[in-house]
Amino acid sequence: MNGIHDMGGMHGFGPVSIEHDEPVFHAPWEGRVYAMAIAAGKKRLTEPVGLRAYIEGLDPARYLASSYYERWMGALENALISKGITTKEDLDRRTAHFADHPAAQPQRREDPEQAANLAHSIYRHRSPQRHTELPQRFDVGDKVRARNINPTGHTRLPRYIRGRSGVVDRVHGVHNFDDSMSQGLGPQPQHIYSVRFEARELWGKEASESECLYIDMWDSYLDPED
Amino acid sequence: MSHHHEDHEHESESYASLRTRALESLLIEKGYLTTDAIDALVKTYEEDIGPMNGAKVVARAWLDPDYKARLLEDGTSAIAELGFQGAEGSEIVVLENTPGVHNVVVCTLCSCYPWPVLGLPPNWYKSFAYRSRMVIEPRAVLKEFGLEVDDSTEVRVWDSNAEIRYMVLPERPEGTDAMTEGQLSDLVTRDAMVGVARARFPEAVGS
Repeated sequence: MNGIHDMGGMHGFGPVSIEHDEPVFHAPWEGRVYAMAIAAGKKRLTEPVGLRAYIEGLDPARYLASSYYERWMGALENALISKGITTKEDLDRRTAHFADHPAAQPQRREDPEQAANLAHSIYRHRSPQRHTELPQRFDVGDKVRARNINPTGHTRLPRYIRGRSGVVDRVHGVHNFDDSMSQGLGPQPQHIYSVRFEARELWGKEASESECLYIDMWDSYLDPED
Repeated sequence: MSHHHEDHEHESESYASLRTRALESLLIEKGYLTTDAIDALVKTYEEDIGPMNGAKVVARAWLDPDYKARLLEDGTSAIAELGFQGAEGSEIVVLENTPGVHNVVVCTLCSCYPWPVLGLPPNWYKSFAYRSRMVIEPRAVLKEFGLEVDDSTEVRVWDSNAEIRYMVLPERPEGTDAMTEGQLSDLVTRDAMVGVARARFPEAVGS
């Protein structure tokens, strides 16, 4: 999707604002939203689209005007609505209730075993490697060109890479394909390559000779380059 | 942008806070979540998972050449040797900074970051300015962090767009030969492991 989230190379956002000794969460609600979104993912409430694609699907004006965890909140809300778990009206009604009763809190429910399982699942290692017999199309050192494609769904191929040529730097093995999974089209496992692009190839002759960019490319993003 | 952004946070905080309570009440009422599960996750990332993990990995690599070799060969396994693994770290690649090569990590599309070793990303890493500019003018952005990289050093920017997560192994500062692993880890900052800073000199830490 050629969305507002695809920001690589854009101008106009000004200097980077650096906050020293910043807290992990800037307000309690940020931590709650974060935890709810992660837990919802574990419960498969955001599948198959994925929280990330819901974030990308936010209205562009809203995306830009929202803080990071406001975007997570909007995405989680949209995921729950599209799963039929709630409606916008229901959430509006609940929000109005808490606005009218500022001291009210969500009802408290505890289940120590479930809480421990969730916290524990964060530490579980799950390899993304898929062991299949897929042929490897490219080797380290091969010249490749990123395809000029414009999928309307979720993609991990940013615009600034499309059509550019680079060199395979390493082979990461076979991973599931996020683009197809997000659209409910299955994992479609593919080799994934780290490809090096010179800054001048990406940004033109004015760019520095001593800068380059590495990015991970699924096999179907690439064509061989002579 | 940044000022506007901060103002916006204040204006909308109460709505965000109310809406969050609405979502939490819904998920608890419908039985999808429990209060203590949310509490536990928040606590985990506020207290237990953060850049102190990555700092231990870097200090170990500085002291132990065999560990460093394993770390650069298979970051995920070498990091797991120290007990760090899990969400957003299923495959971690470690990039070594040297006098000739400076690595720096960004996620232009989102906010991908190696949670098991660095915790959750700071706001600047998720900011539109960092995401948009790091790939097109890395030296200018690094300068805003106070880091000058001269032209004889190659700047390698890593856009972490897939499921692989990247962490930088900064150069070991001069004058640290006699330091212990614990002392060395105090020199290793989050910013150094993203690649927007160098490791600190012992004088800066005052140890």
